Amino acid sequence: MKDVTDRPLVIAGTTYSSRLIIGSGKYQNFQENLAALEMSGAEIITVAIRRVNLGQNSDEPSLLEVISAEKYTILPNTAGCYSADDAVRTCRMARELLDGRKLVKLEVLGDQKTLYPNVTETLAAAEALVKDDFDVMVYTSDDPLIAKRLEEIGCVAVMPLGAPIGSGLGIRNPTNIRLILDNATVPIIVDAGVGTASDASIAMELGCDGVLMNTAIAEASKPVLMASAMKKAVESGREAYLAGRMPRRLYASASSPIDGTFF
Amino acid sequence: MHVTVNGEGLDLEKATSLQQLLAHLNIGEGRIAVELNGEIVAKSQISRQALVEGDKIEIVQAIGGG
Repeated sequence: MKDVTDRPLVIAGTTYSSRLIIGSGKYQNFQENLAALEMSGAEIITVAIRRVNLGQNSDEPSLLEVISAEKYTILPNTAGCYSADDAVRTCRMARELLDGRKLVKLEVLGDQKTLYPNVTETLAAAEALVKDDFDVMVYTSDDPLIAKRLEEIGCVAVMPLGAPIGSGLGIRNPTNIRLILDNATVPIIVDAGVGTASDASIAMELGCDGVLMNTAIAEASKPVLMASAMKKAVESGREAYLAGRMPRRLYASASSPIDGTFF
Repeated sequence: MHVTVNGEGLDLEKATSLQQLLAHLNIGEGRIAVELNGEIVAKSQISRQALVEGDKIEIVQAIGGG
């Protein structure tokens, strides 16, 4: 059993004490989102970049007035982009919107039904964004070769899916996640697929550096309670990984000594 | 003067700056980003940016997403 020493989660030079990243989509309202965020202990929250509604009431608070970019790391995503060009354009808008903050979550989708990543466009976008001085956290498939390539391009974190976005199917291919982890020198964060607390624990027990989730919390009947469960699941999964689990055996191994019985 | 804002055509009575357009649309200059004909307009340049016939303007904000 290999001995694992703890190392903090460092993304683009910033150290985070929480290994849970949450989203801001699908919540009933900003207040529920903020309550879940506070309960989860997450320090990073994703947002989407979209057109301002013309004719909207400017007195209504916007997301970033409720969830402060000074208190939390706002991670703008490129959700909805199906080409490298659209993703790069979205990141540039996000950087301007966030006063020059250059951390982004790159996702280039390939198919509306599965929301599976288009890895060739993802690679092209990653290269362009790194060249343009962005810090790129990249959503990708669980292909270990592509994950390594994205690291080599200069992405600051590689984020393979556990299952399709919003599916809640859990970590469907732990073997590939392990292969990715075994070769990685940047943080590996499972992004998408988590449905409930045990899924997050499984990702962390594999040795992932973090977990990113949105729907699992937002679509729970009680999102704030699920945020609490996810916080604990990520922490306990991490501790179990560091503790080093016992080997699996096909047969039993008695816990009580065999010697000294009196019968 | 005709311009396109977030995909919608808009007729303006007279020559307008980008800042005047935002005020006309009741959009605060806080947490937004603006693109003019595909190029980002830096926040510091919004007040100085003039608009011309046919300009395409995109105004975006951060909303909930995963």
